[in-house]
Amino acid sequence: MSSGGFPWLTLVVFLPLLGVAAILLVEEALAKWVALGVSSLGFVVSLGPWILFDQSTPAMQFVETHQWIASPSINYAVGVDGISLPLVLLTTLLTPLCVLVSWTAIETRVREFMISLLVMETATLGVFVSLDFVLFYVFWETMLIPMYLLIGIWGGPNRVYAAIKFFLYTLAGSVLLLVAIIVLYFYAGKESFDILTLSDAEYPAWLQAWLFWAFFAAFAVKVPMFPFHTWLPDAHVEAPTAGSVMLASVLLKLGAYGFLRFSLPMLPDATQQFTSVVLFLSVVAIIYGAYMAFAQADLKKLIAYSSVSHMGFVTLGIFVLNAQGIEGAILQMVNHGITTGALFLCVGIVYERTHSREIADNSGLAASMPVYASFLVIFALSSVGLPGMNSFVGEFFVLLGAFMWSKAVATAAALGVILAAAYILWMLQRVIYGIPAQHMTSKLHDMNWREIGTLAPLAFFVFWIGLYPKPLLDVMHASVDHLVQKQAKVMVVNAGSPVSPPVIAANPSSPETGDTEAETR
Amino acid sequence: MTIPLADLVTILPELIVVGVACLLLVLDPITPSNKKDLLAWMSVATLAVCFIVTAGSMGDRVFAFSDLVVVDGYASFWKLLLYVVSGMTILLSIGYLKEERIDLAEFYGFVLLSLTGMMIMVSGADLLVIYLGIELMSISLYIMAGFKRFEARSIESSAKYFILGAFSSGLLLYGISLIFGAAGSTRLMEIAAAVDARGLDDSMILIALMLVIVGFGFKVAAVPFHMWTPDVYQGAPTSVTAFMAVASKAASFGAFLRVMLEGFGGMKPNWSGLILGVCILTLILGNLVAIVQTNVKRMLAYSSIAHAGYALIGLVVAGWVGTEAGVSAKGVSSMMLYLAVYSFMTLGAFSIVAILRRGGEEGEDLDDFTGLAKRHRGAAFLMLLFMVSLAGIPPTAGFIGKFYLFMAAVNAGLTWLAVVGLIFAAVSAFYYLRVVMVMYMREPSPDQEDETRLALSPTATVVLALAAAGVVLFGLYPWPLVSLTATAALP
Repeated sequence: MSSGGFPWLTLVVFLPLLGVAAILLVEEALAKWVALGVSSLGFVVSLGPWILFDQSTPAMQFVETHQWIASPSINYAVGVDGISLPLVLLTTLLTPLCVLVSWTAIETRVREFMISLLVMETATLGVFVSLDFVLFYVFWETMLIPMYLLIGIWGGPNRVYAAIKFFLYTLAGSVLLLVAIIVLYFYAGKESFDILTLSDAEYPAWLQAWLFWAFFAAFAVKVPMFPFHTWLPDAHVEAPTAGSVMLASVLLKLGAYGFLRFSLPMLPDATQQFTSVVLFLSVVAIIYGAYMAFAQADLKKLIAYSSVSHMGFVTLGIFVLNAQGIEGAILQMVNHGITTGALFLCVGIVYERTHSREIADNSGLAASMPVYASFLVIFALSSVGLPGMNSFVGEFFVLLGAFMWSKAVATAAALGVILAAAYILWMLQRVIYGIPAQHMTSKLHDMNWREIGTLAPLAFFVFWIGLYPKPLLDVMHASVDHLVQKQAKVMVVNAGSPVSPPVIAANPSSPETGDTEAETR
Repeated sequence: MTIPLADLVTILPELIVVGVACLLLVLDPITPSNKKDLLAWMSVATLAVCFIVTAGSMGDRVFAFSDLVVVDGYASFWKLLLYVVSGMTILLSIGYLKEERIDLAEFYGFVLLSLTGMMIMVSGADLLVIYLGIELMSISLYIMAGFKRFEARSIESSAKYFILGAFSSGLLLYGISLIFGAAGSTRLMEIAAAVDARGLDDSMILIALMLVIVGFGFKVAAVPFHMWTPDVYQGAPTSVTAFMAVASKAASFGAFLRVMLEGFGGMKPNWSGLILGVCILTLILGNLVAIVQTNVKRMLAYSSIAHAGYALIGLVVAGWVGTEAGVSAKGVSSMMLYLAVYSFMTLGAFSIVAILRRGGEEGEDLDDFTGLAKRHRGAAFLMLLFMVSLAGIPPTAGFIGKFYLFMAAVNAGLTWLAVVGLIFAAVSAFYYLRVVMVMYMREPSPDQEDETRLALSPTATVVLALAAAGVVLFGLYPWPLVSLTATAALP
């Protein structure tokens, strides 16, 4: 069943594991060099699929299929399309930067740290390229262990609590996912866990409704959507810088990717039915996240809450179910990965000097750290969505899509952009131009070349995507159109036969919405 | 009356094991004390021979001794698993018994005698034969549990195990006598015929059925018959605890399943609901009580109760009314798979407890694991692996085991049971990960660094390697084991 051609994706996914083997063999001092080399090589290799990618087709490319288990038929099947390819590149780009930023920040158990980071990379890449649902789940869950260790061993003072909270939250979320996968298998009756096969099957509406919420539990926790976001600030604040970057830039994308890969194509009826609920939660997340970000005195917490807000844009874009929204959402996923990742790197760099993440301790950096200040301004403005920078394009598309769905939703979401400008600029004003904290000035010295090397690639992408997003958008077009067409078909069918939604299907949604509304008030 | 040779050939592995067990007891007094290890190696070699014999004759369904004993793929599967587990127990014990200063070679004799009992249990086609197997297994285990004879806890463990075990055996025997009254025989086939003839409402058979379930419930440590487990597991020498938690549980499940399906298969409507209740109670209690344990051995005892709950899902599926034969067999095979996987990860976890020493004693307290990752990287990583597997997180074998169980449950229309099982799997992650947390995220105090050490004998290393290999290989490439259980399952 194997398809010919060079096994690009297998190489990309498992190269980090080879790095792990190499790290085990070399002495501790060389561990970071090996990790840097392997992860950089991984990025170079992942450029292969990017260059060779055929943009004209929504079909999966670079597909490799090998039988893993014969009964029930589970395959090692990988492939990428326009939705997953950008995320694969995002992951391979950020991992070497995570290694770089940990160069001096991680002093204890460097070997284990690099191993965790690389295992993490393999698991997340595996999630993005899996074409078999069980394989997907295996990677999805595997990722929890290295992340748990990253937060718990190398994190801040409250790390143990944050690590276990992260672990249990996400594990509990994915409990129903596994059952849903098995149920899908039996209902589709195709004797296959293949994601595309399962997407082509038709499921009764009541089943779709149940499965939708089962998927939702898993993916919404990962995104995280309001009100499932409470693990995020803890995990972000306590994690070491590299952990925060991996968490924000890669892990959060997995949930959104899950919606795109599974909820939309497999459960089109339920998606249509519940889209308003999800949109409502997204708008709440956008505004609530921004509102919470205002109140934070801790830089990492501020960025964590801004993540909640920005990921709200992503889910908003996905669930307006039109091409603009979804393309905007994918773009926004990449943008958020770059921008928020960079902001966490910035916080990590200053934390190494002052050992404080409090805004009050890190004020007035422009005087003593001019280069740093310039980078921070770039990424902060990118986070705000300044035209010419990456987030502007993504948010613009999402808002455009939202506007087509409902003017009210778009208006509410646009409020989030304004709030973002407010809390980010206020943060900038204090950190860059504030009065320097006297007890810290002696510790402040500007960035060295390694740190500049960590941030410069991301700054490059901020402007590239901001000014010329076409290459990235071109990659997505075919796949997104395919996705939207499937939704459109369902919409036509639904409009043609005005059947009221079944009673069972309406039930699971009502407690969800009820709770959220109560909490919002 | 002569015994036909063919019958003896059928039970050749049993004969070999029991023969060597007796030989060991004879050789023990005349072996110089510095050569006692040879006796352990002799038992391991015996198991290897038996493994080859059983594996070679696997497949056909052969009855012997006027249908008292059956050797089929199902029995052979359990026997193969029991050889591996017993072999690992012996290898672990070689170093461990010396460390505990209880290195008497009788120990290996008792392991083999107990194994004989287990083999008879899984091969018995007659309730009395199964009962004899249970007794042989249990009596050997009572002695082994009290092997640290100068330590009150071990003796308490032995006495408790003996009293409650004898009690449960009594209940089982009482059930068997009622069956004999109703069916006129204790053979499983004839019990099945009597069930068919007398219908579902026959009160005598119903009472007997209840007593049999209670009896086996004790042996597999299912709630509410689990009370003996924590104390016995905690007090017994750790290699014995591992043997009890793994081998005796596997053999009891093997016999339990055969009795329920081949003897009482006609009464599925009567017992499937009951087993379902026991299964859910076991999942709830095992997992919830494990959370509050601070002693790793005791935590693993509750964890073994919880895992009995998972394994029971397989029996529930096999007995669920309205499922087709194919689905029912999937319940059986998924349970066999689960117990096989469970054996490796549990043995591995107990092995770590056994080699971790604090002063002259076992480091079985959660505190003794503090900062283990700093002091003994390898041991800590293996414990991490076993804990992750016990929690059922991929890519370990524990996930594969749970996956097949839940597949079977959903296939039988018991989706909600799969949900319950998974919720408690998430709960269990909390207490398994606490061990990881203590090992990796806490700093050891200076006196801990002085006091705790690893007593890692070469044979214990082999056991750990085997257990880890089982957990990893069956996690990454489970197909050989899956296909073996699928072909060996009872229909």
